[in-house]
Amino acid sequence: MIDIKGLKKRFGRLEVLKELDAQIKDNKITAIVGHNGSGKTTLIKCLLGLDKYDGGDISINDFKLSGDWNYRSQIGYMPQVARFPDNLTATEVITMISDLRTGSTTHADELIAYFRLSKEMEKPLKTLSGGTRQKVNAIVALMFNPDILILDEPTAGLDPVSSSLLKDMIHSEKDAGKTVIITSHIMSEIQELADTILYLLDGKMLFDGPVDELISQTGEKNLERAIAKMMT
Amino acid sequence: MTTLIKIIKYQLHDLLRGKWFILYTAVFFLLTDGLFRFGGDPGQVSLSLMNVVLFIIPLVSIVFGTMFFYNSREFMELLLSQPISRVSLFLGLYLGLTLPLSAVYLIGVGVPFMYHAGIMTGSYWILLLVGVSLTWVFTALAFLIAVLSEQRVKGVGMTIVLWLFFAILYDGIILFILFALEDYPLEKLTLILSLFNPIDLGRILMLLQLDIAALMGYTGALFSKFYGDMFGSAVAVLALWTWCATPVLLGYRAFSKKDF
Repeated sequence: MIDIKGLKKRFGRLEVLKELDAQIKDNKITAIVGHNGSGKTTLIKCLLGLDKYDGGDISINDFKLSGDWNYRSQIGYMPQVARFPDNLTATEVITMISDLRTGSTTHADELIAYFRLSKEMEKPLKTLSGGTRQKVNAIVALMFNPDILILDEPTAGLDPVSSSLLKDMIHSEKDAGKTVIITSHIMSEIQELADTILYLLDGKMLFDGPVDELISQTGEKNLERAIAKMMT
Repeated sequence: MTTLIKIIKYQLHDLLRGKWFILYTAVFFLLTDGLFRFGGDPGQVSLSLMNVVLFIIPLVSIVFGTMFFYNSREFMELLLSQPISRVSLFLGLYLGLTLPLSAVYLIGVGVPFMYHAGIMTGSYWILLLVGVSLTWVFTALAFLIAVLSEQRVKGVGMTIVLWLFFAILYDGIILFILFALEDYPLEKLTLILSLFNPIDLGRILMLLQLDIAALMGYTGALFSKFYGDMFGSAVAVLALWTWCATPVLLGYRAFSKKDF
C-alpha cells in the first residue's frame, strides 16, 4: 500500500500540493483525476522521487521514502511523453535499461510481440512515430514485472488498436496482483479501467473512493458527467 | 560505479552516431593540416591554433553542453524513474559529453600535428592540454547554467554572455583597471586576476610554452617568471581544473535538489 500523509509541494510561490492525504491500495487500479494544474503529475513525480516534496511523508509498503533510490526497482513508470536518445534504437534502449537494472529479469520479448513492434525495433527512435515510441515506453515500464505501475496518460498518441492492447494489458497486470496508478483526461477510459478514484482539486483531495460511489454520489449517469458536476 | 560507466557507455554510443561529431573533427583536422601545408612550422601552427582553441572550444563546449543538457531532459526523467542515483546520472551525462568532445579535439588536432611535426615539441602537449581542459571547464559551466535555469532560451543566452565575458570583456576590464591604477604597482594583482579567467590561464600557458611572453612586456616577464617554472605552471593547471571541479560540484548540488 502507498500511504501519503500531509504531502506539501510548492514551486516558488505556487503551492501545488497542500497537505495532501491519500492511500493507494494494493491490487487495484487507482485513477488520479483533476483539472489541469490540480497536482496530478506532481503527485506522481513525488512518488517517483523526480520531484522533491517540501513536507509530509510517503511510504510504500511501510518503507518511508527519504532520498533513497533503490525502492524504484519495484516501480514501472510510463511518462506522458516518450523521449529517448535520438540515435539509439528501441532494442538498444531496452538493452540499456536492462543493463542499468542489473539483476532484474525482463520479459521484453513477449511485450515486443504483444505490441507488434518487432519490425520497428532496429530503427533509430527519432524516425519512429510518437505512438510507436509510446509503445516502447510501455515496454520499458512493464518489462521488469514491477509490483507498482505508474502510467501518466498512457494511451495519449496511441491508435485504437494499440490503445485497446494497452488497456487489456493494464487489466491483466491488475489480475496478476499489481498496483496500478493511472492519470488520464479521458473519463470513459478511467471508467473502463479504474476501481478507485483520487480526485484532486487545487492540491487537495476532494474525493477518494470507488468509481461507482462517485457516480452515485453525484447522481449522474457516467463518470465524465460526475466529474464535471464536481468541478462546477 | 558500474552504473556510471554504463551511462557513459550509452551516452557515447548515442553521441558518436551524430554527424556533428564528424564535422567538429573534420574542422580541426583540416585546419591543422592546412596550416602545416601552407608552410607553417610547429611554433607558428600552434600560435594560429591557439586563437581557435581559446575562442572556439569554450564557445562550442558551453553552447553545445547547455543544449545537450536541455535536450536530455526527458531522458533524465526516464533514467531517474529507474533505480539509479542522481550522482551517477549527473556524472554520467557530464563525462559522456566531455569524453567524446575531448577525443574529437585530440584526434582533429593531435593526428595531423603528429603526422607533420612529431610529438616531441612542447607546444604540442600544451596545445592538447589546454584544449582538453577548456572543454571540461566550459562543459561544466554549461551544465551548471542548464541545471539552474529552467528556461532554455534564458540558459543559452546566459552561456553566450558568460563566453563573451571570459573571451572578450574580462581582458577589457583588466586593461581598464591597469589604466585607472597605472600609478600603482599592479604586477601581483594582474597575476591574481589571471587566475579568475580560464581562457586567460590557457592563453598564458600557451604563450609561455611558445616562448613569446616577452611580447607582453614587463607583465610578460613577470608571468614568465611565475608561470614559467614548474610551480607556476602547476598553479595554472590546478587553477584550470578548479575551474572545472567547482561548477561540477555546484551543478551536482543543484541537480540533486532539482524537480523534474
